[in-house]
Amino acid sequence: MSVTENFKPTIVAFCCNWCSYAGADLSGTNRLQYPANVKIIRIPCSCRLNPMFVLRAFQKGADGVILCGCHPGDCHYTTGNYYARRRMTLLFSLLDFMGIERGRTRVEWVSAAEGAKFAATMNEFTETIMKLGPNRRLEDLRCRKD
Amino acid sequence: MQKRLKEKALELLSNCTVTRVLGWKTGEFFYDLTPAVFETAEEVEKEFVYSGFSGANLSKYLIQESRKQGKVAVFLKPCDSYSFQQLLKEHRILRENVYVVGISCNGLLDMEKIRAQGCEGVTAVTEDGDTLTVDTLYGTTKLSRNDCLLERCAVCKSKKIVAFDELIGEQGEELESNRFDRVAELEAMTPEERFAFWREELSRCIRCNACRNVCPACSCEKCVFDNEKSGVRNKAIADSFEENLFHIIRAFHVAGRCTDCGECSRVCPQNIPLHLLNRKFIKDINEFYGVYQAGADMDTKSPLTDFTLDDCEPSIVHERGGVQG
Repeated sequence: MSVTENFKPTIVAFCCNWCSYAGADLSGTNRLQYPANVKIIRIPCSCRLNPMFVLRAFQKGADGVILCGCHPGDCHYTTGNYYARRRMTLLFSLLDFMGIERGRTRVEWVSAAEGAKFAATMNEFTETIMKLGPNRRLEDLRCRKD
Repeated sequence: MQKRLKEKALELLSNCTVTRVLGWKTGEFFYDLTPAVFETAEEVEKEFVYSGFSGANLSKYLIQESRKQGKVAVFLKPCDSYSFQQLLKEHRILRENVYVVGISCNGLLDMEKIRAQGCEGVTAVTEDGDTLTVDTLYGTTKLSRNDCLLERCAVCKSKKIVAFDELIGEQGEELESNRFDRVAELEAMTPEERFAFWREELSRCIRCNACRNVCPACSCEKCVFDNEKSGVRNKAIADSFEENLFHIIRAFHVAGRCTDCGECSRVCPQNIPLHLLNRKFIKDINEFYGVYQAGADMDTKSPLTDFTLDDCEPSIVHERGGVQG
């Protein structure tokens, strides 16, 4: 897998409405920089993330998928992120089992006050994906744009 | 065994305990037994078969059958009884309409394995203790029964019948099983090797949906894969995504509910080891959230509908040993 020099990764960040989406907003109002490759999709709760969404994101051209939600214990719906945590652990483990690169998926807990953490996480994650190169193992050739 | 089962079926029908019996009858070939509903004594006399090839798990058919009028009797092997109890737990079966006859089991046979040992044109298989007498068009061969077991029976997890109204044969025990060995072997490979392994296996998939249709845990009335707009309803040409998505989601949808009955691999016409995906989930659940066997009891919460405050973080997948992808 060769990394092309002008590889611009597409990163899909699923952000929970109550914490991480507000965290992203805060990092914006604080003028913190994070790469434009990150496409944020707002979901009502991290627990809304259906494993199918993750796979769909990869199908439609994402090179990395990150889920951001409230810190465990801080869920707006009290327990949503606890369920999300179990689901994503198992899903990521299965993806790893099937040989999909581990670095392509990630979960990070970002509160509404952690704008800096959001920006830092996105910078770091984008760098990881840059190193991994384009998603080739879980892509849909029919959706390939280049 | 067949004689005892037949007698029991006839008895239950004649004393009006049940109006129907769910069992097996011969399909296209003698080793190709198919689930069937018997309504009369004549049908049972003529068609009811129980042999080493009665692999089919009858519990899923009870979802429909238990909602019809009258009681239905069913024969459940130990692993089937786990699926049955899991379905009861999910309120999918009306228990009062079912009469369960638990049957002890010493493992079922895999025709593929018999063929692999050089038996072509098999016309009959008779069991005698640990030896199988295989009659073929070209002569008779004797094989060891243990070499011809279905994969799931070779690594049998339990001989215990967890739900029954009546038993035929002995009640068994849970067994020490090495069923996770193959999963561990794959885990020890590099991501490239694992990817290559799964590409080779899954590229054979013809999307017949047999694994989904036979699975007792896969019992949604509307399946996500029947959605025409999903884009993954059929086999795509020259593209691997659809196969990956189907098998990841199929396994994920039964995670925490799969009893590891092994039907998915048994029915796969392409011999894809689908049970490995389910077992990976079971192994992970056991490691992360404590040992859990779906269907073993009626009260324990399924691991995916439960949580604890100090569960491991998803990053455990990245931090675990092994070569990074």
